[in-house]
Amino acid sequence: MGRAALPVAMAVAAGAVLLLALGRDPVAFGGAILRNGLTTAVGLEQTIIRMAPLLLMGTGFIVAFQAGLWNIGGDGQFLMAAALVGGLGPPLVASLPVWAAWVVLCGIGCLAGAAWTLVPAFLKAWYGMNEIITSLMMAMIGINLANVLIKGPFLSEKTTVPQTDVVAWVDRLPYLPGTRIHVGIVVAVVVLLLVHLMQTRTAYGLRLRVLGVNRRAALHAGLPVKRDIMTAFALSGGLIGLAAAVEVLGVWGYVRADWNPAFGITLFALVFLAELNVLATIPLVFFFAVVSIGGHAAALQTRLPSDFLLLLIGLVLLFMVLTRWLRSRRRASGTGLALPPSGEAS
Amino acid sequence: MHSIFTVDLLAALVAGGVLAGMPLLLAALGETISEQAGVLNIGLEGMMLLGAYAGFVAAEVSGSSWLGFLAAAATGLVLSSLVALLCVYMGQNQIVVGIGVLLSMEGLTSLLHAVQYGETYERLSKVHEVSLPLLDRLPVLGPSLFSQPAIVYLTLLLAVLVSVVLWRTRWGLYARAAGSRPAALDAAGVNVARVRTCAVLCTGLLAGLGGGYLSIVSAGVFVPFMTQGGGFIAIVIAMLGRGRPTWVVLGAFLFGISMSFSTALQLAGIGLPTDVVQMLPFIVVILALIVFARRAILPAALATPFVRGGQSQV
Repeated sequence: MGRAALPVAMAVAAGAVLLLALGRDPVAFGGAILRNGLTTAVGLEQTIIRMAPLLLMGTGFIVAFQAGLWNIGGDGQFLMAAALVGGLGPPLVASLPVWAAWVVLCGIGCLAGAAWTLVPAFLKAWYGMNEIITSLMMAMIGINLANVLIKGPFLSEKTTVPQTDVVAWVDRLPYLPGTRIHVGIVVAVVVLLLVHLMQTRTAYGLRLRVLGVNRRAALHAGLPVKRDIMTAFALSGGLIGLAAAVEVLGVWGYVRADWNPAFGITLFALVFLAELNVLATIPLVFFFAVVSIGGHAAALQTRLPSDFLLLLIGLVLLFMVLTRWLRSRRRASGTGLALPPSGEAS
Repeated sequence: MHSIFTVDLLAALVAGGVLAGMPLLLAALGETISEQAGVLNIGLEGMMLLGAYAGFVAAEVSGSSWLGFLAAAATGLVLSSLVALLCVYMGQNQIVVGIGVLLSMEGLTSLLHAVQYGETYERLSKVHEVSLPLLDRLPVLGPSLFSQPAIVYLTLLLAVLVSVVLWRTRWGLYARAAGSRPAALDAAGVNVARVRTCAVLCTGLLAGLGGGYLSIVSAGVFVPFMTQGGGFIAIVIAMLGRGRPTWVVLGAFLFGISMSFSTALQLAGIGLPTDVVQMLPFIVVILALIVFARRAILPAALATPFVRGGQSQV
């Protein structure tokens, strides 16, 4: 975590200089972000609500990335799960006890997300085909197919807006006592801790790590590489699907056509910054949630596009790369390999 | 059904395919070069966006589309030198750098656009079209295919040039070796970092130009996020093209045509949803990959930093 502080500070400073150069007041902008995302009760609640899908999705990415599997297609997995949960939610909530419906719907989300990784995982495991390209293509299909589902079989007849039917307020995920924060954040933290235990305390976790650092070594050590690739990819997609289920059941209650929060790319930045440590993602995701919740309101107030925040996150990544290089030079020989190699030895 | 494929439809399809396929072609050609040399540019879309923005501003201020294209290519080149510095010389993770470039360019162009053009809606005039004599008189496709802005012909020439350079010159051999056996290239006394840097710079130039085409020719205006995933589609095209510019050209037009297909179908009075049309090419490609799956369609050392005297993984 300490390592993340410097690039973040550098990016914030660079962003402030840019705002000054454009004749805007960076202090006012920063203040507005904190006010809207952190220091007011409503803002803080929004921030914590936003953390639930981000943590689950981030954990999903880490499971794959640590195994050296570059699952770039998270947004497609997320939207396929969201479309199915949004479409099947209202009828299931009506026909099952509500808690059973939640469990079934979360299961559907997981399965949908996992199913969307099958093709890239299969092509990777059996033919060594680059999963960056295949998962990306599956994402393009998933994003469009989700729309086809929402505008087709799941289309609500109650509104003119293309969207699914709405799960009523009372049937959405319950609030934590005394707040308006749904239980998704608890689910996310529990799942995150379980994944951390899996990674650090089980043979399976160790196998995935070996797979990530050196696939050839894993193969020569007789590890079940094909099976591990399939399961790690499926687990990654499943967690991303769960993130979608929690977001739909907790916040929206429906899914609108062309809705795409596109958490994927920004989450890549956060999990890289956390050096693929799930525990380290908690403070980083919190920081990002504050900035994204507060940033939208702040952007409106200061008449700047909220996309400015993307620049900040991108700069954080580039500065992170820079500081990491400087550190590795100072240590001369120590590589301190925190990420699996982006390429692969075939 | 026989009336669907009318002359008008075919002409609209081809014209739309060229319009939508050109930026993809430019970016995918660029990506082809750096992929062959072992550098994966996930940030391709960021380079396109910067090129689109700079190209639009330059064309708008100067009133010349050629100065716009020049600015687009130049800014892409500058941005790619940053990528070369981080990925090639510092040997950092190419996926992290690529996503950093993508995010920061999305934010930067959107911010600059809002500050500069937040209140005004400037629009470029239509780019002058050049008709190829005789060919433009061909029936059906002639007028739509052979009456294009000069940059289109230039792009096709660039595709030929890339093909020749990659497969018929010594530097092309070096570049492909840098992608498949960098250690061998190093042992042969060639500077791997320099070869890869040149390749990345070519990518930036072409991707920037592709972005410039998007804002100057296709849209006549810059809109934040106007690439709409085109950079990623270009990466897919480049990977499927496996270093063969002919395939890259075909792929770019296939995707371009499928992007313009829904418009053409509307002209013909058929309401096939855009969502279906847009995912069709990807479904075809995925199916093809499953059926004809084979190993090693990519350079072996792709996305692997090369460190002299380091442990060779390839």
